[in-house]
Amino acid sequence: MTADGGPELVQLLTPEGERVHHPEYDVDLTPEELRGLYRDLVLVRRIDAEATALQRQGELGLWAQLLGQEAAQVGSGRALRPDDYAFPTYREHGVAWTRGVQPLSLLGLFRGVTNGGWDPRERNFALYTIVIGDQCLHAVGYAMGIQRDGAEQAVICYFGDGATSQGDVNEAFVFSAVYNAPVVFFCQNNQWAISEPLERQTRIPLYQRAQGFGFPGIRVDGNDVLAVLAVTQAALAAAREGQGPTLIEAFTYRMGAHTTSDDPTRYRVAADLEAWKLKDPIERVKVHLARTGMADAAFFSSVEAEAEELAVHLRDGCRALPEPPPTSMFDHVYAEPHPLVSAERAEFERYHAQFAGGAS
Amino acid sequence: MAVTTMAKALNAALRRALESDDRVLLMGEDIGKLGGVFRITDGLQKDFGESRVIDSPLAESGILGTAVGLAMRGFRPVVEIQFDGFVYPAFDQIVSQVAKHHARSSGATRMPITIRIPYGGGIGAVEHHSESPEAYFAHTAGLRVISPSNPFDAFVMLQQAVASDDPVVFLEPKRRYWDKGEVDVDADLASAMSPYRARILRDGTSATVACYGPMVRTCLEAATAAETDGVSLEVIDLRSVSPLDVPTVVASVRRTGRLVVVHEASVFLGVGAELAARVTEECFYSLEAPVLRVGGYHTPYPPSKLEEDYLPDLDRVLDAVDRALAF
Repeated sequence: MTADGGPELVQLLTPEGERVHHPEYDVDLTPEELRGLYRDLVLVRRIDAEATALQRQGELGLWAQLLGQEAAQVGSGRALRPDDYAFPTYREHGVAWTRGVQPLSLLGLFRGVTNGGWDPRERNFALYTIVIGDQCLHAVGYAMGIQRDGAEQAVICYFGDGATSQGDVNEAFVFSAVYNAPVVFFCQNNQWAISEPLERQTRIPLYQRAQGFGFPGIRVDGNDVLAVLAVTQAALAAAREGQGPTLIEAFTYRMGAHTTSDDPTRYRVAADLEAWKLKDPIERVKVHLARTGMADAAFFSSVEAEAEELAVHLRDGCRALPEPPPTSMFDHVYAEPHPLVSAERAEFERYHAQFAGGAS
Repeated sequence: MAVTTMAKALNAALRRALESDDRVLLMGEDIGKLGGVFRITDGLQKDFGESRVIDSPLAESGILGTAVGLAMRGFRPVVEIQFDGFVYPAFDQIVSQVAKHHARSSGATRMPITIRIPYGGGIGAVEHHSESPEAYFAHTAGLRVISPSNPFDAFVMLQQAVASDDPVVFLEPKRRYWDKGEVDVDADLASAMSPYRARILRDGTSATVACYGPMVRTCLEAATAAETDGVSLEVIDLRSVSPLDVPTVVASVRRTGRLVVVHEASVFLGVGAELAARVTEECFYSLEAPVLRVGGYHTPYPPSKLEEDYLPDLDRVLDAVDRALAF
């Protein structure tokens, strides 16, 4: 496997910020739209950096960093229509941003005040899924529902290179193929599944797996927001038009650790990191905007200022996230009354009522 | 009122569920043209179409995982797992997703999924076709686990499971599929007994026998046999394993002073163990003897030539009753 993604890599903006063309995929964006993507990328990176800092300060128990994957997430997220539906892993903070999910609501799970954090129906953005690959089957099921409703919508399912080894992901490929479900499988190949390199998951490029399941696979430069946008738009359109699933392999790199609990210095070399820094997803857009005169210094500093504001909002908001009342653990275990849960809740309340103040 | 088999009653229940709610979908392996390996879905694909009665790829986790997505889209999937021993590939989706989604989403996303599983032994099957996995599911918060013992309950309880907004593991006692009983096909669901309540099938005074699913017939036969020896057994069909109708059992034990719990699943950490603990906590001074359990052994389900030795039968139930009475 080639470290640079090989000749099949779809690219529209080179790491040097040069706009190039591809015979099949293209986007035609206004300067305002391009500036919008830049703003997304910067703000998403700032959310990630702030959450990482909050973990270091003890405000979050854990954080799964997306550093380096901003273009893959923003490009694919911005390809979605509001009525499309996205199924994330636990690292899709950038996709959440594009869906309009409040960044603060992403922190609750990692602070330990909720196992969810938002109403998935409001933004058609499912809750984070922690068991690797489970959400791919949910995405296909949802897409099967779209077919039965006769709706013109598509589903996008996020997962990583490690997840491609999971049975559920392969079963999702099978189900989507035989039912021709309107789903786009968006694999962020960030080269590492915690400490295991891609070679521990596959012998062939991941996008080529699609062929064996009977649908198209595409490898895109995951650090190129324009290429990701173009490729994802095309795949979603195909899904909506009844052409079934597509596998997109966004070739990228996890610049940070797997999570804040991980120590990548134990298993990978610094030289790789340095090489990938040259392919930074944000820098190339900045260079392109500046070089073409689509943005000036005032624009870049306004985005920086907005990012700082967002960071302050996250910092203050994180510390102010309300702790759930202890009895809330008994809420919503079942949708309908359940005598055991009711009895245990009463027993919990009785126990705590013995002490000054009670628990509630 | 018509006399029919449990298999046909289940088929009629699915038909009614499909007729009464167009969001109800059936999914499973071989449930279409074949009608399922036990013919429970016989004729349903023909009448309701391939879009609502879905032959799935041969992948149990895929069946449950896509059911989760369909539920998120507002459908009410009823999935068939072909045999008890084949549910384990779907265990992660059931335990980590189906059971927890409602709580995780603070009630925003309901999981009205019915998981039908033919379970239990006694049909001379090969390995993995005779298991009783109820304790695994009962141990998981968020799931309901119920099992009918007769055609009428099968007819009503399956419709109740499909109508429930919670996920229900619906365990079908496969060796009782061909037992016949009276079924009121016009039964009104609204006035039907809750599927989570136990039913006293036979009043008695000497001891209480609690059981469910395939063991109910065995225990009723044991009670008839005991009567000739002057022993009066009260037989309770638990019907639901989670929630467990403890009050009905406790009230009975307060009258009889003795309890024997019978199930096919191994007794270690099983439903009997839970019931014994709860009855002991709630009516310790009413007990004349320890709660005794009759069930499978802590072995893999044996080859079918040995299953009669593994499964509780009339004699093993009566042996336990004798021990309780002699205590």
